[in-house]
Amino acid sequence: MPSDAPPGRRARRLRLVVRYTLLTLGAVVVLGPLYLTVVNSLLPASALAQRPPPLFPVHPQWHDYAAAWSQGHLDVYLRNSAIQTGIIVAGQLVTSTLAAYAFAFLRFPLRRTLFVVFLATLMIPFEVTIVTNSTTVSDLGWYNTFAGLTVPFLATGFGTFLLRQAFLQIPRDLREAAALDGYGHLRFLVRVAVPLARPSLAALGVFSFLAAWNQYLWPLIVTGSGTNVRTVQIGLKLLEGTQLSHVDVVLAGTVIAVVPLLVLLVVFQKQLVRSLTGGAVK
Amino acid sequence: MAGVAFREATKRFGGAVALDRLDLEVGDGELLVLLGPSGCGKTTALRLVAGLEEPDDGAIEIGGRVVNHVEAKDRDVAMVFQSYALYPHLSVGRNIEFPLRQRGFDRDERRRRVADAASTLGLSELLDRKPRQLSGGQRQRVALARAIVREPQAFLMDEPLSNLDAALRTQTRADIVALQQQLGTTTLYVTHDQVEAMTMGDRIAVMDHGVLQQVDRPQALYDRPANTFVARFVGSPGMNLLPATLEQGAGGKWEAQVAGSALAVPETAATAAGGAGAALVLGVRPEHVGIGPHGTVDATVVIVELLGAEVHVACRLGDGTNVIVRQDAAAPRPAHGEAVRLAVAPASLHVFHASGARVESGAGVGHAPVPGEGATP
Repeated sequence: MPSDAPPGRRARRLRLVVRYTLLTLGAVVVLGPLYLTVVNSLLPASALAQRPPPLFPVHPQWHDYAAAWSQGHLDVYLRNSAIQTGIIVAGQLVTSTLAAYAFAFLRFPLRRTLFVVFLATLMIPFEVTIVTNSTTVSDLGWYNTFAGLTVPFLATGFGTFLLRQAFLQIPRDLREAAALDGYGHLRFLVRVAVPLARPSLAALGVFSFLAAWNQYLWPLIVTGSGTNVRTVQIGLKLLEGTQLSHVDVVLAGTVIAVVPLLVLLVVFQKQLVRSLTGGAVK
Repeated sequence: MAGVAFREATKRFGGAVALDRLDLEVGDGELLVLLGPSGCGKTTALRLVAGLEEPDDGAIEIGGRVVNHVEAKDRDVAMVFQSYALYPHLSVGRNIEFPLRQRGFDRDERRRRVADAASTLGLSELLDRKPRQLSGGQRQRVALARAIVREPQAFLMDEPLSNLDAALRTQTRADIVALQQQLGTTTLYVTHDQVEAMTMGDRIAVMDHGVLQQVDRPQALYDRPANTFVARFVGSPGMNLLPATLEQGAGGKWEAQVAGSALAVPETAATAAGGAGAALVLGVRPEHVGIGPHGTVDATVVIVELLGAEVHVACRLGDGTNVIVRQDAAAPRPAHGEAVRLAVAPASLHVFHASGARVESGAGVGHAPVPGEGATP
């Protein structure tokens, strides 16, 4: 159909159509697997074998969730994951805040060199250090403990870098004014620097949470049989090897494990976007 | 309250000397202005008193006590920053209260003091607002309130008006002077604005390249600048400076040759300057230069600026030296490019050595005429 719109307006409309088409495709690619997981977790096992598989659960089967929760010990695994993630997130927030403050506000010898060393840790994949770390954890008697699960992750170069950038945005005059008002570094950190860096702290908290919650390899290495400290990601894997080894139950467990992440992303979406686009636009 | 003193205070940053053996006393209850261009060391001097920097040599005294190694928080001074340094996440009330929380004041005392400071500065209605919800002038008053709430021994103010527009600056500087007089607190005020310095200071200390050039009352500084830097820096526009050579003319009268023209110089000044052949710099305030047929120095008008009540006429002499003439707006105004003759009364001449230092020649020489004496030719 010929359009009466002027060329500039037509081009703008075309750009808009292309943009939304790409965004829709992206959303399908990202959300599609999640949707299928939820749908399949609600289908009876027999329906999963159908080709093509149903895209909507006409008669949702909720009992798979109950089975995964109680018989698959997901309640314990989720609690363990919550403890492990809580310790790691709190630890990273505290250590990153203190280190970032030191790099941003204190003057000490080799400050720049040390900061470069911190950044260099970002270049080393965790897998490279797994053998050494697992030996250390074992030597310390931390095998199958929350200490073994969490201590290697209590400090992060990324968090230090992120918060240092946030602290550098705080005008130096504020530190000097506070010094004249009688505030030492620790009090200034608590009363001024941390409140002003709240968006970055929230973003770091979300990143830490995602990384800790989704850990699989490390918990697999440092936890053994039994359910005392095993995390939910290991628990999902164990579901496959039990009498509950039905795909629909495993999928129900997966959905349960994802719920905390979804809640977190919805609540902290603003902070995440702000921290990722910080400085991109004025 | 307490006096503040610099004793041969020196501060270096790397190889650069920011402050060079500064010797200066600020009297108890006095408002002393540190005046100078960017990089002259005035802010460094202020930071030495605040305890934000330590002197490399010499001493800083507050209330007669050397405080070189006393921490900033223990010096009992309050500083108002150029940026105001308000805590953006705290309300106005909490900003004002901030210094008190760390000093052990109980809650009632803190409330009383915050209310008093807010009332003094007209902030009582704004106590619940955040700094971002305030205008520049209001933020500036919050910064002042935070300084006075502690009742410190001295105020240190680092160009606190530089972020305000012209009208607000005029009002606020009057407010600061009134507040300082009301409180009677020793105040060290840093600015590069000579109008601010002249209108606010009990005394002004002029600095350049880390060196104290002159310290005196505003009028004395204007009337008897110690060197060409002070002469040029103080006054708006600054003093006209004319390179000259001293000669003894017919009848033994002393004259200075300026761009091919002769200006009469009093004998005492001529003798003190070194006699015939001495290279000089003659200074004359723009309001002490006249334009008319009775003048003795030839010049060409290059710019005529109308400023409402007065007119600034920029003239160029034969040797390229510029001379600014300040005229009443009602006076006949020369045209751009017009050839004119400039007249200067000997009594209004300031005589400087070629090095820039003032020629001290006793009474009658180098003094600007007192107002109403009609020294303008």
